[in-house]
Amino acid sequence: MTADAAPLAPPATLADFRRHERRRRRWLWAGGAVLLLAGLADLLVGPGHYAYREVLLALWRPAEADPVLRITLWQIRLPTVLLAALSGAGLAVAGAQMQTVLDNPLADPFTLGLASAASFGAALAVVGGIALLPLEGALGAAGNAFVFSLLAALMVQLLGQRRGTSLEVLVLLGIATMFTFNALLGLLQYVASPDALQQLVFWTLGSLSRATPLKLAMIALVLVACLAVSQRLGWQLSALRLGDTQARAMGVRAARLRLGMLAAMALLTAVVVAAVGTIGFVGLVAPHMARLLVGDAQRHFLPLSALLGASLMCLADLVSKSALPGVVLPVGIITALTGLPIFFLLILRHRRLS
Amino acid sequence: MTLPTLVVNQAHVKHRLAVDGPLRAPAGSITALLGPNGAGKSTLLKALAGIEGAALDARLGDRQLAGLPALERHRVMHYLPQLGRGGARLSVHEAVLLSLKTLSPGRVSAQDLARVREALASLHLLPLAQHSLDRLSGGQYQRVAIAQAMVRRPEALLLDEPTSALDLHQQLRVLEWLRREADQGRTVLVALHDLNLAARFADHCWLLKQGRCLHAGPARECLVREHLEPLFEIHLNVQQDAGGTTFQPLAVRQVAPRE
Repeated sequence: MTADAAPLAPPATLADFRRHERRRRRWLWAGGAVLLLAGLADLLVGPGHYAYREVLLALWRPAEADPVLRITLWQIRLPTVLLAALSGAGLAVAGAQMQTVLDNPLADPFTLGLASAASFGAALAVVGGIALLPLEGALGAAGNAFVFSLLAALMVQLLGQRRGTSLEVLVLLGIATMFTFNALLGLLQYVASPDALQQLVFWTLGSLSRATPLKLAMIALVLVACLAVSQRLGWQLSALRLGDTQARAMGVRAARLRLGMLAAMALLTAVVVAAVGTIGFVGLVAPHMARLLVGDAQRHFLPLSALLGASLMCLADLVSKSALPGVVLPVGIITALTGLPIFFLLILRHRRLS
Repeated sequence: MTLPTLVVNQAHVKHRLAVDGPLRAPAGSITALLGPNGAGKSTLLKALAGIEGAALDARLGDRQLAGLPALERHRVMHYLPQLGRGGARLSVHEAVLLSLKTLSPGRVSAQDLARVREALASLHLLPLAQHSLDRLSGGQYQRVAIAQAMVRRPEALLLDEPTSALDLHQQLRVLEWLRREADQGRTVLVALHDLNLAARFADHCWLLKQGRCLHAGPARECLVREHLEPLFEIHLNVQQDAGGTTFQPLAVRQVAPRE
């Protein structure tokens, strides 16, 4: 804030501009450092209670470590941390782009109902064995999740286009979507076998405990693709922040860009939700933090959102393991309890501004 | 180089606009678009800019606008919407830079920065360059919007009531900037509300009412009582003196029938 208020001269030369850019980019390095620290902390803590030194040694020289520790670290903790980081980054990127293209500070995959829709779709595959796309296993779940989150995104888009649809109405629609799919999920719960019921609880509360290489690869792939596309369209996406007419005057095909980005974010939401279930508010909070630090320019805003989202998720995972001794809480409960106050704050602040 | 003149032969938008020409907005001059609220001024500007779909027969120089590829059309013409306010946390410099980069994507070059700097300097925005858009006043924001248009160096500038939210000082400055743009050979077509500003700055006028063009031509022919009183349905006091023409609205000419 203070940096913005100082009347700095605009960059006169390319060298000046690069220096400006480097200053902004320092926040990205800081974000990366925070993620490394959060990830490491998440790795060191967990059931088993090994000494930190032992864990670090096993990380550095797996061959010399105690076999049980080695398996715990490399097959349980490390994949979990990776899943936390990737899904946090994915949700944050999805939230950031939904806030950008809908020009709505309250948007994220959770508040607009995409996450609930996706989680119902995934549950349908896992519990009911119904795959809407010709895919199997984890891919089938992700495919179903995508179909449903895309539906929810299209609904958001259709309503958002109508005149006089305020930001709050859009979020209300999201909450209604959430109720709808939660009810459908409840229906699945009612008819599910006890074994499947266990799995359903997993979808509804969100959990990082079932990392597989396939899930990790799937999220990483979609995340990288979304980041690359956003990078390419960076100027146009930033232009959307100036308002629809202004962006169109600049030659940005606003409607097409919005629809395309929403579909891409529905896919990103789907692969994350299919892997970890419904985890709320990371996608809302991380972009707001990033915006406060580096502003709305896409080339800084989006990567920092991803880094902060990943860090937040690692921290939430850390808290879920250490809040109650001997119990690992579902991580979705942690993010909801910490994220909701911020959501309230955003709603109140928005009301004051409008 | 011959300066391209904007000629509108026809611009039709269903239920809202039925303008038949030829209307001419010569290059190097300011053409004012006058008319009451809902006359279709914005619609006409948007139709010309290609933002609103319309049955359009209009040319800029020898190019048929409707036939231009979208990218080219947005390069040669720039439409400046009515004062919008965004909550974007972008710096003024960034906002002007992105207006240029949506036109020519790719890495930021030294040339880009020089153009941005020139646009900022000409609108006295250099001291505000690193301020965030969400902290600007209405007048400052409008200046940024004009800088965003100027940095693209369009051949024709279409402005939708650029003075509406501004104080008197800012109004005059905006029109002086437009005059300078016109002097550089651009076509400037600007929707205005204020007859006195139009009388002071416009070279040509198009008078619009209920989606139709009532009259078009040189400003001194258009800005006369016979045309303006029916256009706005008011009684006007027109004064000619050494300083130019001034208009004073006196009373509503006929009360619209109420339901």
